[in-house]
Amino acid sequence: MSQSPSLVLRNLHKQFGKTQIIRGVDLSVQAGERVAIIGPNGAGKSTLFNLISGRFAPTSGEIHLHGQRIDGLKPFEINRQGLSRSFQITNIFPKLSVFENLRCSVLWSLGHRYSFWSFLSRLKDANELAQLWMERIQLANKRNVLAMNLTYAEQRALEIGITMAGGADVVLLDEPTAGMSKSETERFIALIKTVTQGKTLLAVEHDMGVVFGLADKIAVLVYGEVIAFDTPDNVRANARVQEAYLGSSPDQGH
Amino acid sequence: MSDLVSKSSVVSSDQWVWGLFAMLLVLAPWVFTSNLSMTMMSQMGIAIIACLSYNILLGQGGMLSFGHAVYSGMGSYFTIHALNMVGQGSFYLPVSVLPLVGGLAGMGFAVLLGFVTTRKSGTTFSMITLGMAELVFAMSLMFSEFFGGEAGVSGNRVVGEAVMGINFGPQRQVYYLIALYTFVSMVLLYALTQTPLGRILNAVRDNPERVEFIGYNTQQVRYRAFIIAGFFAGIAGGLGALNFEIVTAEVVGPARSGAYLLFTFLGGATFFFGPVLGGILMVLAFVLLSELTKAWLLYLGFVFLFMVVYAPGGFAALIMVNLRIFKAGAFGRLFNGYVGLLLSGLLMLAGASALIEMVYHLQLNAAMSSQLVFAGITLDTHAASHWWFAGSLLLAGLGLFEWQRKRFMGVWDQVQADLAGAGSKP
Repeated sequence: MSQSPSLVLRNLHKQFGKTQIIRGVDLSVQAGERVAIIGPNGAGKSTLFNLISGRFAPTSGEIHLHGQRIDGLKPFEINRQGLSRSFQITNIFPKLSVFENLRCSVLWSLGHRYSFWSFLSRLKDANELAQLWMERIQLANKRNVLAMNLTYAEQRALEIGITMAGGADVVLLDEPTAGMSKSETERFIALIKTVTQGKTLLAVEHDMGVVFGLADKIAVLVYGEVIAFDTPDNVRANARVQEAYLGSSPDQGH
Repeated sequence: MSDLVSKSSVVSSDQWVWGLFAMLLVLAPWVFTSNLSMTMMSQMGIAIIACLSYNILLGQGGMLSFGHAVYSGMGSYFTIHALNMVGQGSFYLPVSVLPLVGGLAGMGFAVLLGFVTTRKSGTTFSMITLGMAELVFAMSLMFSEFFGGEAGVSGNRVVGEAVMGINFGPQRQVYYLIALYTFVSMVLLYALTQTPLGRILNAVRDNPERVEFIGYNTQQVRYRAFIIAGFFAGIAGGLGALNFEIVTAEVVGPARSGAYLLFTFLGGATFFFGPVLGGILMVLAFVLLSELTKAWLLYLGFVFLFMVVYAPGGFAALIMVNLRIFKAGAFGRLFNGYVGLLLSGLLMLAGASALIEMVYHLQLNAAMSSQLVFAGITLDTHAASHWWFAGSLLLAGLGLFEWQRKRFMGVWDQVQADLAGAGSKP
């Protein structure tokens, strides 16, 4: 099991105009592993996620998901192959209810596609799965509330729900706890741990407490390169990481 | 538990609404028996289907199309040609299914042109539809064989033998055909909003980027919705061809596309039944308002501006909001405000319309006489006092309206806050 990497990046490059953002990233994530990606602001963490999830096409290099090349594919094609992501800036369907948000998220994976010959209310599988996820993210009491009327923390939970409900087994979370208070963050990390059980997880995270609590492995990204990819203890002891972080605080960036 | 109860009551109230609507369609010709009302009701049915089909794009998919008349118009042309071919004996189709020919034509053109337009969304989408509309309109002037040139293409809907005494000669029979198509189209289009495609279309409207990350190709979602909208637009066009028995190039023209947009918006794009109101308003404006005054397009423009600024949800949203307030028992608090708005609004309208009519009279009929009769009052464009009086009415109305509006908004905000507070309590 541990010999089958879920996600492999090979010599990945991305440049915007003349600016190199990602400069040759290699990474191999085993199935079921939880990887935290850390690094100063502007290191290219979000860009890396955008490349993997298909928002941008890489300039060069390869991305393999479950052994299949996915670099250059469209986001929906990558999603259909079992990779899903959340966003740093909450990205939900504001004028749909909580339940509708989640039901939309499960439709494709359950094979309902572009159906206009079946009624949503009669899709037992979709309704049950949406209900289940509503309970998992603890929003069951907000079933019919429009997403735009939720509190910030609730919207963040919905963001995770939309990401997970489709059943993808590789999940990218981009700063899931961004903008949350300390107590909310703790509750939220517990939630993330529960709902991502058994999934291959990559998360960009700034909060070191969260990183060490959540991750099996940490990838340190500095100026578009992975300078360390190891267990939390080894990363902490790594000389290059210390060097990279000495001149600047880990939270505030370069 | 309470959820279950409310759900079942929604279903039955839905069935009630459909039942009432069907009865209304059946009984209307027995209440409004004049020729004019029969013509208008026929046109309303057609306009309702057209606006509902347009709202798949505007309200449900967030696609601001400037060229929807292309699909209804092509439906009209294909139907009238099919009608004439049936008349010549080239092939046989009952007249009652000819609107489906229009539907297929609208759908076919949506398949063809939509493939290009729906690749993009937002402003780009709008611009491409505008280009398509101009393209088709220009072609209608080039290919007079098909489009009939200036005179258009006329036909005779009474072809073949009457089936059970129905030959679609009398307007009443055409009305019932249109009513049937209207009812079935409405049911189908409502059903569409309850399907996976219908819901994902809403999601695409709200946040297309996110939809791409839950497995859906947004272009495909838009494309499919566009094709369905084209089909129903074509049916509306086909019914129009049977109703008028003549099709001219204006049916694919930009003015028609603009009318669909304007009245769908006025009716209310955010509610399913909004375009139904829009379709009814469209016929009222085109038939009655245009009869009442030459400046009707100007008035229409003012109403549109007014609605965009003060009630962007259209009449449907106005009705729904007030219904909610009424149910909460708070309507009494707004009543005085509404009366104030209405009276000052009427004053404003009286002043403005007197001015508009006098200006129009000066432009169009000044050679005949300086006097005109408007709403039972004789106005004289040569009398300075009449200009002064109309101007003062307008200014006074404006001032009073603004004063009333501010007062009203205060009460309104208070009522909304109270309702929101009551709603959040369990």
